[in-house]
Amino acid sequence: MPSCWRRSLRQRSGFIKASGLTRRLLRANSHLQIRFAGALLGPVVALLLISAVQAQQRALPLNVLRSGIEFSGSDVRSMQSDDLANPGFLWVERGEKLWNDSTGGSSCASCHGDASASMRGVVARYPAFDAASGTVLDLEARINDCRVRRQKQNPLPRESDDLLGLTAYLALQSRGMALAARIDGPAGAAFDRGRAFYSQRHGQMNLSCAQCHDQNWGKRLYAETLSQGHGNAFPAYKLEWQTLGSLQRRIRACLFGIRAEMPPPGASELTDIELFLAWRAQGLPLEAPGVRR
Amino acid sequence: MADSRINVPAATRRDEAIEVRISIRHAMETGYRTDEGGKPVPRNVIRSFACRYNGDPVFAVRVSSGIAANPYFRFFVTARESGTLDFEWIDDAGARGTAQAAVKVV
Repeated sequence: MPSCWRRSLRQRSGFIKASGLTRRLLRANSHLQIRFAGALLGPVVALLLISAVQAQQRALPLNVLRSGIEFSGSDVRSMQSDDLANPGFLWVERGEKLWNDSTGGSSCASCHGDASASMRGVVARYPAFDAASGTVLDLEARINDCRVRRQKQNPLPRESDDLLGLTAYLALQSRGMALAARIDGPAGAAFDRGRAFYSQRHGQMNLSCAQCHDQNWGKRLYAETLSQGHGNAFPAYKLEWQTLGSLQRRIRACLFGIRAEMPPPGASELTDIELFLAWRAQGLPLEAPGVRR
Repeated sequence: MADSRINVPAATRRDEAIEVRISIRHAMETGYRTDEGGKPVPRNVIRSFACRYNGDPVFAVRVSSGIAANPYFRFFVTARESGTLDFEWIDDAGARGTAQAAVKVV
């Protein structure tokens, strides 16, 4: 639709203008620093400018970020906070068994050892760029990459109980840690694609992710309160699904809801948006395995 | 997949009510859903769940399709003596699941 194209072009050119402005501001700042060399003012101005730049780039500044659990009812909260009531731990136990299972020749533990030590903090940094394949991999793709290249085993299908078990078990090792995906360097291109996807309108309802989760979070959509759309609880047990599911499944469900085309599980578009979401939720604690309605 | 997860206090005093919690891995297929090809998915839910304390029945439920997947039961049992809690459940397909937990009275 031409009107939609025009709108998205305008949005994009707005973004380019904004980033041009930040460049100019930074350049201006470097002059200031030279002029006030040795004075305290220079670094103070620099800090103020950098925080202004960040606020400009982030639709949701870091200080307003709220995890999806804050939009959930008390029943969902108590399910998530109690590890025995949380059904996600059925998968965690399966993942722990798989981690130590060496029937295929070598187990994950043969190389990585005790997951509580070697995997602490790892999932909080995912999706991450993988130099060997030259692409950004999400946790599911990383596990399968390891299985195929190192363990010489078949990749596990997405949303299979085995893969969900491993992702849940690994995510648990970083529970409570702040999300900190890297978007600089070679991951930058995927991040930019993810950001573009997020702000682009999709599907028959002609909605972008940003229209709900940046501009209208906290308001009601039918019986639900719109959350900010963070993925920090995934893989999460969705009561609606009656099972544990990945962040990709959740994103696909959102696309289904706005009647948009859904990229197949594992598609690079979904990994790109996962990376963008991880950056967007930067600093929120990992809650996986979470519980959501 | 872990079939069940059980939580019982590690030790308790005699005649004290202890909280027993168990969550069971089961899809609890209602029979009302269809698969991607439009064919109905046959009903398969846990039909009965029971708990015995040193052989005596202390808790039993007739479960139906109204119960969500991965059911979670929480109940109280008076700890008379040290022993075992035996859990047993059967689904529509005839699959029988069992689990055990120790009760220690000090």
